[in-house]
Amino acid sequence: METQTIISVKEMYKRFPMGKTEFTALENLNLDFAQGEFTGLIGPSGSGKTTLLNILGSLDVPTLGEANVLGKSIGKLNTHEAAMLRRESLGFIFQSYNLLAVHTVFENVEFPLLLLKIPSQERRKMVQEALEWVGLSDKIRSKPPQLSGGQCQRVAIARAMVKKPKLVLADEPTANLDAANSHHILKTMLTLNQELKTTFIFATHDEKVISYLNRKIYLLDGRVDKDEVVTHNK
Amino acid sequence: MIKFLIKGLLRDKSRSRLPIMVVAIGVTLTVFMHAYITGFMGDTIEMNARFTTGHAKVMTRAYAEDASLLPNDLALMQIEELLDSLRSLYPDMSWSPRIQFGGLIDVPDSAGETRSQGTAIGWGLELIANQDELNRLDLQKALRSGHLPRKSGDALLSNSFAGKLGIAPGDEFTLISSTMNGGMAMYNFRLSGTVHFGVEIMDRGSIIADLKDVQLALEMENAAGEITGFSNTGFYDNNQAEKLSDSFNSKFKTDDEFSPVMLSLSQQGNMGQYVQMSEVWSAYVSLIFIFAMSLVLWNAGLLGGLRRYGEVGIRLAMGESKGHVYRSMIAESVFIGIAGSVTGTAAGLGFAWLLQTYGLDISGMMQGASLMMPTIIKARITPTDFYIGFFPGVISTVIGTLLSGIGIYRRQTAKLFKELEA
Repeated sequence: METQTIISVKEMYKRFPMGKTEFTALENLNLDFAQGEFTGLIGPSGSGKTTLLNILGSLDVPTLGEANVLGKSIGKLNTHEAAMLRRESLGFIFQSYNLLAVHTVFENVEFPLLLLKIPSQERRKMVQEALEWVGLSDKIRSKPPQLSGGQCQRVAIARAMVKKPKLVLADEPTANLDAANSHHILKTMLTLNQELKTTFIFATHDEKVISYLNRKIYLLDGRVDKDEVVTHNK
Repeated sequence: MIKFLIKGLLRDKSRSRLPIMVVAIGVTLTVFMHAYITGFMGDTIEMNARFTTGHAKVMTRAYAEDASLLPNDLALMQIEELLDSLRSLYPDMSWSPRIQFGGLIDVPDSAGETRSQGTAIGWGLELIANQDELNRLDLQKALRSGHLPRKSGDALLSNSFAGKLGIAPGDEFTLISSTMNGGMAMYNFRLSGTVHFGVEIMDRGSIIADLKDVQLALEMENAAGEITGFSNTGFYDNNQAEKLSDSFNSKFKTDDEFSPVMLSLSQQGNMGQYVQMSEVWSAYVSLIFIFAMSLVLWNAGLLGGLRRYGEVGIRLAMGESKGHVYRSMIAESVFIGIAGSVTGTAAGLGFAWLLQTYGLDISGMMQGASLMMPTIIKARITPTDFYIGFFPGVISTVIGTLLSGIGIYRRQTAKLFKELEA
């Protein structure tokens, strides 16, 4: 079955000013990502994986070249258009969960829907469904400080998935979790990837994450070192 | 969305209660300090008004020119008629005739020979006819021994002066002075009590007697050196006093040197300079304090905003626009500024009211002072106190947030993320 390309990166560079010189974080990248991929950007610190993830998430712009995400050229978006792209089509999962500590689990997951101005009743239904996906329906009124690290990351997954985005970007999502919790959330994400056809792109160097990926893009000093597709069933 | 933001604001103590408390404390201090400075400066003016100048004073033109010499030969005549006119024309003021005079106090022994003598400055005030002057000078509180004058012939001496003369309540003494017509005046008084005001120049050597007795002693029947006027509000208002004197002078002042002339407090002696100085100093001190509090609250707003860069990062990642995040932070700071300012203004006014009502007795520190300064510090609440705290409270807090929020725009979104991850 032919799959649709949702991300296209062509001859892309990202440079950061460093005193009087420049540091090249990404150099001449050429990558395509298809819908439904469960892909990892793998590499040591400083290899450029988070920088690439930031550009794909419209949080940063390329210095040169083209990054086209879901039909939008990232470099040409203004801040409002970039915000709209994130609001409507992207989900983020962070290493340190980044939940809003004073809000309940329900409210944290509800937040992206508030930005989309989804009516209250529909919102409630969608939040409940998302919390069911991650097995946290019983924690609806809890606040993040009352949850374990694994539970917090599952809330973060629910928050990223509640609006059923086309693309989820996850930066080191298992870095703060033990092995059991890591496998639990990875299985959850894989299930969602398979059921909802959501594209997942990870930035990681965690072997546990790598073992779940069906495409591994190895980055080294801002360049693609290796790009391999793996066929397996977890 | 608004509900979501309000929930966050109310639940996060460091975002709501703490900043509101900081703003409230700053505003409380600002309001209290302003009322205190106004009260302290005003009290010094009021004290001079009560004892010497009044809020306005009517004298003859000639008397006014040499008022420091207490020239009673140039005193106002027919004061009853003049008082009637003043009371009907200016009912917002309370008018009291006074005679200030100098003289010698002679204390006789049992044989009628001089036992002791001392020079004194005297005040002839309405002490028996009504209570106004008693209250104005707070004589009951100043009384150290004996009682206040109850009948003709009773007089008060300053406590230390009576001690030096070796005289006690009930003893008689003679005032030797000059009459209005230049003759020698001798009048016997009975010491009813001694007083202490806590003001050196008042306590050094003074005699206070009923106006009628002094009129008799100095042959000033239906005459008085001056008629002092006091605003019924209890506070001196320079603009009001000057308008009043202009109004009176346009009606009564003529080329005749015995024609009555009215001078406001600021038009007498050096009081004009003092009134001007107190206004300028009040403004300076208030401005410096407001500026200092503004810096504190500006910083509080700034830090509050910077502390939230992490939260800003999350919200941006979820797709909230930078403009919306910025506006919501400003709206929060306006809410915090207003809540803190209202609370702080209420607390500041409360403390100021306590100081205005009960005062702070500093007489222990004022012993030996030759300046006519109040021994009880009192605040004075003015309409300004109801809004002055809002300048540092709202404006500085919002400016702090505005400045910290600029970082949201100036930083790359990804950099906000790095701060979020840090």
